[in-house]
Amino acid sequence: MNYLSKENGLLSWLLTGDHKRIAILYLISISFFFFIGGALAGLIRLELLTPQSDLMATDTYNKVFSMHGIIMIFFFLVPSVPATLGNFFIPMMLGAKDLALPKINLLSWYLYIAAGILALYAMITGGVDTGWTFTTPLSTHYVNTNVITTGIAIFIAGFSSIFTGLNFIVTIHKMRAPGMTWFRMPLFVWAHYATSILMVLGTPVLAIALVLVVLERTVGIGVFDPAKGGDPLLFQHLFWFYSHPAVYIMILPGMGVINEVISTFSRKRVFGYTAVAFSSVAIAVFGFFVWAHHMFIMGISNYSVLVFSLLTMLVAVPSAIKIFNWAFTLYKGSITFETPMIYSFGFMGLFTIGGLTGVFLGTSGTDIHLTETYFIVAHFHFVMVGGMLMAFLAGLHFWWPKMTGRMYPEKISQFAAVVTFIGFNFTFFPQFILGMLGMPRRYASYPQEFQVLNVFSTAGATILGVGYLLPVLYLTWSLKYGEIAGSNPWQATGLEWQTQSPPLTENFVEIPIMDHEVYDYEWLERQKEKEVASVR
Amino acid sequence: MPHISPVLWQFLVKWMTNFALFPPEASRIAPQMDALYFFMVLVSLIGLTIVILLLTSFSILYSKKRHPVAVQVEGSTLLEATWTIVPLGLFLVMFVWGALIYFRVYTPPANAMNIYVVGKQWMWKAEHPGGQHEINSLHVPAGRAVQLTLISQDVFHSFSIPAFRVKREAIPGRYTTVWFEATTPGTYHLFCTQYCGTEHSHMIGDVVVLSPDDYKKWLASSTSGASLAQNGERLFASLSCNACHNTRPDARGPNLANVYGSKLRLSNGQTIVADEAYLRSAILNPSQNVMQGYAPIMPTYQGQVSEDGVIALVEYIKNLNSDYRVQQTTNTTELLPTNEGKAAPAGQKATGSTPAGQGMVKQ
Repeated sequence: MNYLSKENGLLSWLLTGDHKRIAILYLISISFFFFIGGALAGLIRLELLTPQSDLMATDTYNKVFSMHGIIMIFFFLVPSVPATLGNFFIPMMLGAKDLALPKINLLSWYLYIAAGILALYAMITGGVDTGWTFTTPLSTHYVNTNVITTGIAIFIAGFSSIFTGLNFIVTIHKMRAPGMTWFRMPLFVWAHYATSILMVLGTPVLAIALVLVVLERTVGIGVFDPAKGGDPLLFQHLFWFYSHPAVYIMILPGMGVINEVISTFSRKRVFGYTAVAFSSVAIAVFGFFVWAHHMFIMGISNYSVLVFSLLTMLVAVPSAIKIFNWAFTLYKGSITFETPMIYSFGFMGLFTIGGLTGVFLGTSGTDIHLTETYFIVAHFHFVMVGGMLMAFLAGLHFWWPKMTGRMYPEKISQFAAVVTFIGFNFTFFPQFILGMLGMPRRYASYPQEFQVLNVFSTAGATILGVGYLLPVLYLTWSLKYGEIAGSNPWQATGLEWQTQSPPLTENFVEIPIMDHEVYDYEWLERQKEKEVASVR
Repeated sequence: MPHISPVLWQFLVKWMTNFALFPPEASRIAPQMDALYFFMVLVSLIGLTIVILLLTSFSILYSKKRHPVAVQVEGSTLLEATWTIVPLGLFLVMFVWGALIYFRVYTPPANAMNIYVVGKQWMWKAEHPGGQHEINSLHVPAGRAVQLTLISQDVFHSFSIPAFRVKREAIPGRYTTVWFEATTPGTYHLFCTQYCGTEHSHMIGDVVVLSPDDYKKWLASSTSGASLAQNGERLFASLSCNACHNTRPDARGPNLANVYGSKLRLSNGQTIVADEAYLRSAILNPSQNVMQGYAPIMPTYQGQVSEDGVIALVEYIKNLNSDYRVQQTTNTTELLPTNEGKAAPAGQKATGSTPAGQGMVKQ
């Protein structure tokens, strides 16, 4: 008996309050959206194979990249790790039976689905061509596409994310098992705590900005309209006040995954636990004060540029701390290289590049030349795809045995991880060079001399596509044919591993007592010895 | 060898001949920005190498085969302080260095020659002080500081010249400025880098850097017969601005001679400096900008004057000294009589103008 087999039928899933089932619902839905977003990315890369705009009309291209961004960011990256792995494992890691507010959790999924359907409806009935950034006055006065529908979809998706964040905060404060002090929480939970703060405080600002766009389109209130005394730059302030922290919403949970994976496969506690925990919180706090670095060339005052550039430098430091702490977690460990570990290595390499190139953009002088070019595109994808997606896949493989009770096939998934890494670099590294050469982003056609690098990029995207399709196939296969996993196949220390796989609906037979430090592998050894003794 | 695969071969040849890692450096600021860029690339490469070295060496030294039992290590304050302080220090160096370049790019020297640029879906219009105007191209002299004053007529655009390493957003309702000094004659890319709708990727053009002599020739051959300020003067008259803004003692509006650059007291008590932004705002939004001692009777010209027209008016007012006649601007001295019917040189998109009506929005 486990959470999967306890009840059957579609209704038992659609009306469930079980955080694990909701996580599975989320997993299926975000995968669906990921492949729609991925197909759109494929279309973008095909169009850019040649300098002319020949595969599709420029309007179509503009819709394709806009929908790619909107779907990938709001319907995949933001919910990716928190709503699936976070939803599933935060209560288990804390030794709780469920999240604090199970019905809100289900509501959050329904809002997500409603928003997703609305966004797809907007896409099918004509799409939207504002880019995912909805820049005014383009979005308010100059385009004739489904801005309102898409805006409402993102507005609703925002509430889904606020509810998830709220639920996590309450759960982490109130539902910890006896003995589970703040500094005994897995770093995955710390990362999600920081993420939740960002979700709860940042998302409403995006919602307000989008409501203002909708009001401007419908009744013309003119907050962003200079002809009515409004300020078109105000929209960007509001938008980036959410959307910069949003990139931390997207990356912090991934960092959380990396902690668990690296510690488990090197049999070591995370080097400098406190520093890593606080660096998550520091990123969340500083992350709120750097938004205007998206606007260095927009005529904001030179002195505010100084402040925002300086703060951007400060927010880069906690990320550097994390990278080195992870590297030193390996020191004197006993390392094995299962798939989650390979993805984590990929993450560390690509995130280092993504982070360092972010400094190029935070530095005001170089930002002038590099912003709004493919350098931005490359930087963003290194962090989001090279970072977050790698971390998501690491986490998915890591916890797959716990979620399904079955092992994934090791060899082919290691292969898929390597393919993803190679394909990724081929796709996105040339884009840094394109950016330095000055190729603007969001161009359907481009000067001849940029073609070679674009051909590289498109070729790489093909490899990357294969890398993403493989897990779908073998993970589905493993549901039926995978080896039975057992409760703790990786010999990991987290509480989620100290119960059966797949877990009971109540997670634990009795509420566990946290009487040891997190990542305490000696404790795990003692437990095993005890078990052996009790059997004798 | 070529017959193995002509397509692949062509591709390789193209790659070898076209491959570049950096755009040309064609402005005074470009080598300075590149120096910082190279410094950052170097620091990044060192940082990345350290991370990769750590990961691979630990992976080899402490693989389960070699090192079956892990030794627990708590952390190390000294090491952690090191990798907090060293990156912070390097980032701060980049911050300061970058800020110095940033201030240089966006602080035009006083003697810079000003060209107005209006962005609209989907073209760039440049208005030279001598009255020359061009679309999707910009002719500038080498070796002279050129300031661009940018504004957009509709949505956000961004004026980018990668070879100069400069870029500035053209914003609706607000002037922004950037400057550069081109060093090498040649033709360079001009891109709109802010996504602006359907034909965003076609909002491109050429920046043509000419030697001072060639530039003089270009100015002469592209003149429209009147300087920008003279166009503004005609517009000023045709909009009947001079009905109120004149030199008569009972004039209903303030005298605009010498108003540019002076300090004004507004009726709401504010003191402001009459710069381009103020002049523009006073034309389009007069009720917010009434000078002390005058009645708020001026109607708005919003919707009646295009951004080009406002620019001509602003340029006219800037050049007013004592009476309501245009003083000769530097470039009008170079004006030659127009030669009607003479074909414009190839590749040059300067257009003639219809003096009095130019800049007025057709209702």
